[in-house]
Amino acid sequence: MMFEVINMSFALPEIFMMVMACIILLVVAFTGENSGKVSYWLSQFTLVATAVIIYQSINAPAGFTFDGSYIKDPLSDVLKLAICIINVFVLLYSTSYLRARDLFKGEYYVLAIFATLGMLIMVSASHFLTMYLGLELLSLCLYAMVAMHRDSTRATEAAMKYFILGALASGMLLYGMSIIYGVTGSLELSSIASAVQTGGLNITVLSFGLVFLIIGIGFKFGAVPFHMWLPDVYHGAPTAVTLFIATAPKIAAFAMLIRLMVEGLGDLHQHWQGMLIILAVLSMIIGNVVAIAQTNLKRMLAYSTISHVGFLLLGVLSGTNEGYAASMFYALVYALTSLGAFGMIILMSRQGFEAEEIDDYKGLSERSPWFAFMMLILMFSMAGIPPMVGFYAKLAVIKSIVNADLLSVAVIAVLMSVIGAYYYLRMIKVMYFDSPVVEHEIHAPKDLCIMLSSNALFVLALGIFPGSLMAICITVFS
Amino acid sequence: MIADLPLLSLVIWLPILGGLIVLVNGDDNIWARPLSLLMSILTFVVSLALYAGFDLSTHEMQFVEQAVWISSYDINYHLGIDGFSLPLIILTAFSTIIVVVAGWEVIQHRVSQYMAAFLIMEGLMIAVFTALDAILFYVFFEAMLIPLFLVIGIWGGPNRVYATIKFFLYTFFGSVFLLLALLYLNHVAGSFSILDYQQVSLSMQEQTWLFLAFLIAFAVKVPMWPVHTWLPDAHVEAPTGGSVILAAITLKIGGYGLLRFALPIAPDASMALDWLVISLSLIAVVYIGFVALAQSDLKKLIAYSSIAHMGFVTLGLFIVFRIFANSATGSGAVLAVEGAVIQMISHGFIAAAMFLSVGVLYDRMHTREISAYGGVVNTMPIFAGFAVFFAMANAGLPGTSGFVGEFMVILAAFQANFWFAFLAATTLILGAAYTLWMIKRVFFGEVANDNVAALTDVNRREFWMLASLASIVLIMGLWPAPLIDVLHASVEHLLTQVSQSKL
Repeated sequence: MMFEVINMSFALPEIFMMVMACIILLVVAFTGENSGKVSYWLSQFTLVATAVIIYQSINAPAGFTFDGSYIKDPLSDVLKLAICIINVFVLLYSTSYLRARDLFKGEYYVLAIFATLGMLIMVSASHFLTMYLGLELLSLCLYAMVAMHRDSTRATEAAMKYFILGALASGMLLYGMSIIYGVTGSLELSSIASAVQTGGLNITVLSFGLVFLIIGIGFKFGAVPFHMWLPDVYHGAPTAVTLFIATAPKIAAFAMLIRLMVEGLGDLHQHWQGMLIILAVLSMIIGNVVAIAQTNLKRMLAYSTISHVGFLLLGVLSGTNEGYAASMFYALVYALTSLGAFGMIILMSRQGFEAEEIDDYKGLSERSPWFAFMMLILMFSMAGIPPMVGFYAKLAVIKSIVNADLLSVAVIAVLMSVIGAYYYLRMIKVMYFDSPVVEHEIHAPKDLCIMLSSNALFVLALGIFPGSLMAICITVFS
Repeated sequence: MIADLPLLSLVIWLPILGGLIVLVNGDDNIWARPLSLLMSILTFVVSLALYAGFDLSTHEMQFVEQAVWISSYDINYHLGIDGFSLPLIILTAFSTIIVVVAGWEVIQHRVSQYMAAFLIMEGLMIAVFTALDAILFYVFFEAMLIPLFLVIGIWGGPNRVYATIKFFLYTFFGSVFLLLALLYLNHVAGSFSILDYQQVSLSMQEQTWLFLAFLIAFAVKVPMWPVHTWLPDAHVEAPTGGSVILAAITLKIGGYGLLRFALPIAPDASMALDWLVISLSLIAVVYIGFVALAQSDLKKLIAYSSIAHMGFVTLGLFIVFRIFANSATGSGAVLAVEGAVIQMISHGFIAAAMFLSVGVLYDRMHTREISAYGGVVNTMPIFAGFAVFFAMANAGLPGTSGFVGEFMVILAAFQANFWFAFLAATTLILGAAYTLWMIKRVFFGEVANDNVAALTDVNRREFWMLASLASIVLIMGLWPAPLIDVLHASVEHLLTQVSQSKL
């Protein structure tokens, strides 16, 4: 009898990260007072080391392991690398915020590392159960992180909402998976794909399962009409946690969408395209229109996230490799930009003061011209105005749907980006055209200032030379 | 040797680089103004070098530069100019010098940011006129909005926030359709080169949609009636420099877009829908002329007069189809297009001069209400001389550049349809009416009040600023031949493009 030797090397980053997560958990238990500091540095080390491990094996051949339930391919390499790097920045941004709010403890970091592990597993999942495992690992950590600020009723409420709706969505997803399993007889994405390709399946039942899968994915993304949790969670969670939720998990959700819809059920494209069109169009409309009414920056960015999700879906629904690459570019760019935007809120916050109302930014350009300019870059990037990188993200997805002959969707998309421009412009108006109400200087730690500046300047630089990142995305899907 | 240098890149990036240097230098720096002036003059010199090296005999793109920019989408850094772009580039470079000089003493608040915004905008606008890659064009076309948005919003008047957001959203609304059109063309042509777009054959339906997309995008910029409402607001609230750039250059980008994209890419749809553009243009000329007559705010009056004058540009560009239909030779068509482009350039100088004149008054009196003035000639005789001269040019007095373009377009319009010419010619009366009546109320008569009595005449800076514009307006009016020579080959080429059906 022959046993297949399991190729552990494909999962080396995850294994390393899991070991480190357990070590951090142990260390935190024994360090007491210093747990924040120790776990912070250990987490950073873990993320950087994992990124190095991923990078080392980037040229290694692609393949499956763990009996087909785990995949290593260019897509997983690039996305995992992006997730690790973005989380390094998330943790860097969070420190000062957590310190000022007495949250600088080991728990945040342990949860963050486990959540990252969940994301990496999602990215590499080629099996329904692996996907579900990664998703739940991520989600459970996020629920706990949102609730971390125990004394805040708003945070607790947000966590509760997130948990209940999230559990519901997971249930839906699982139900969809079981239906598809029932029809195709497999949980493995590649065999599902070949079963669908062979045909002869009950298409009604299959699309029934598809609907539930899409609901699960839509919830993770926060696409309308499954977006209800998103503004409350973004608003209620401590900003450091919002920053975490708003960035890397979107990349993981993108991976989940690609793995399930494209790699698993790619041949049902004509069935899921329509569903995604509804999600995308509604997300763009609701997200952009409702964002106009917000006075709280975190809520505004939450609705803007919803609209960005709508744009991101456009690329995938076009059903071409070009479109998938465009969506991937969009996801990466979005994560980078919202990293900066939420980082800005952290930078402006102080002990006992959350700079989360839009009015807190009044006259920023007189108080701190440099950071006002950085925020201007980030806002214009989100609005999709060149020469910021956000423009190319929109360009890429719209190009892909124009090429897929979905012109009416493209028209809605560009019109919504005009509406969206309004609230980003209002933010710039507040910073540049209004006079300051408070006169205090911004005294954020140096490292935070440098990081935010490099973050925003990177958005600008990538806008002037977007070629290399685009090339990476296109190679992944060719 | 000059031809070996990447002159176009130089003329684009020199002011942008200069703007960044000025910006980084900070506000307290006394070098902000001289440095900006130096940079704008250098850019102007480079733009003159373009003229010196320009080959008049060909319509081909000259000074072409091409480099890969975004290889995965086949987007190139592709630059080149023809007879249409060159005069607009020189106009842009010249206007920026004027703007820097105009803001010398007036702007005391965030000087370096002000100067930097205009220098960066200069580079971006020149880039719009040189870009031969559709995405490159769009990037500059949009990026240009950012500095202008900030200029109006930061240094503008009391209602500046409303005006600047309206301006931004209006133009952004138009340009997203341009983006869709460009992407669709890429889908059909398989490249992003504007020159390839002009070659590709398209069905009537495709052309119609593309034409409408281009029309929305550029009609907002021109601006044509009825999408002009952002312009009076933006002009009134903008600081003088902002008004000058708006009137002199950003409006021209609309006209430039029509003749670079709409006409050559969708000639059949342009022909089928020329009635639309012609009627909108005539409404602009006649109706907006009357609207201008009713204004009590100096800047609003000039803003409306700009809309009316830009009506000649769109009229001149789109009557060519009627002229072709009526005459075999088509010599009138050349006249029409050349007239339209000359009108663009001439309006650039005259509108800039008019807004500067208002700026001169506003700096002293801090009001733009016509009723607050009267008898200014008594206290500011030299300034009144310039103002009357520019007003005459605005009204289309023979001998000034304002006459040449309008006259050519009206003359050509006779070959298209008598009534077009008749309606267009009403501008000679209306234009004279609103400008001269304004001049009468502001400059002539008794000294109206103590404020006017206390006015001091133009200083040396203002004198040279106005004098340089006056001499250009005069030279262009008396001897437009150099400009026509530059245009000629490109106009001929455009007309062959539009006369060939792409169906």
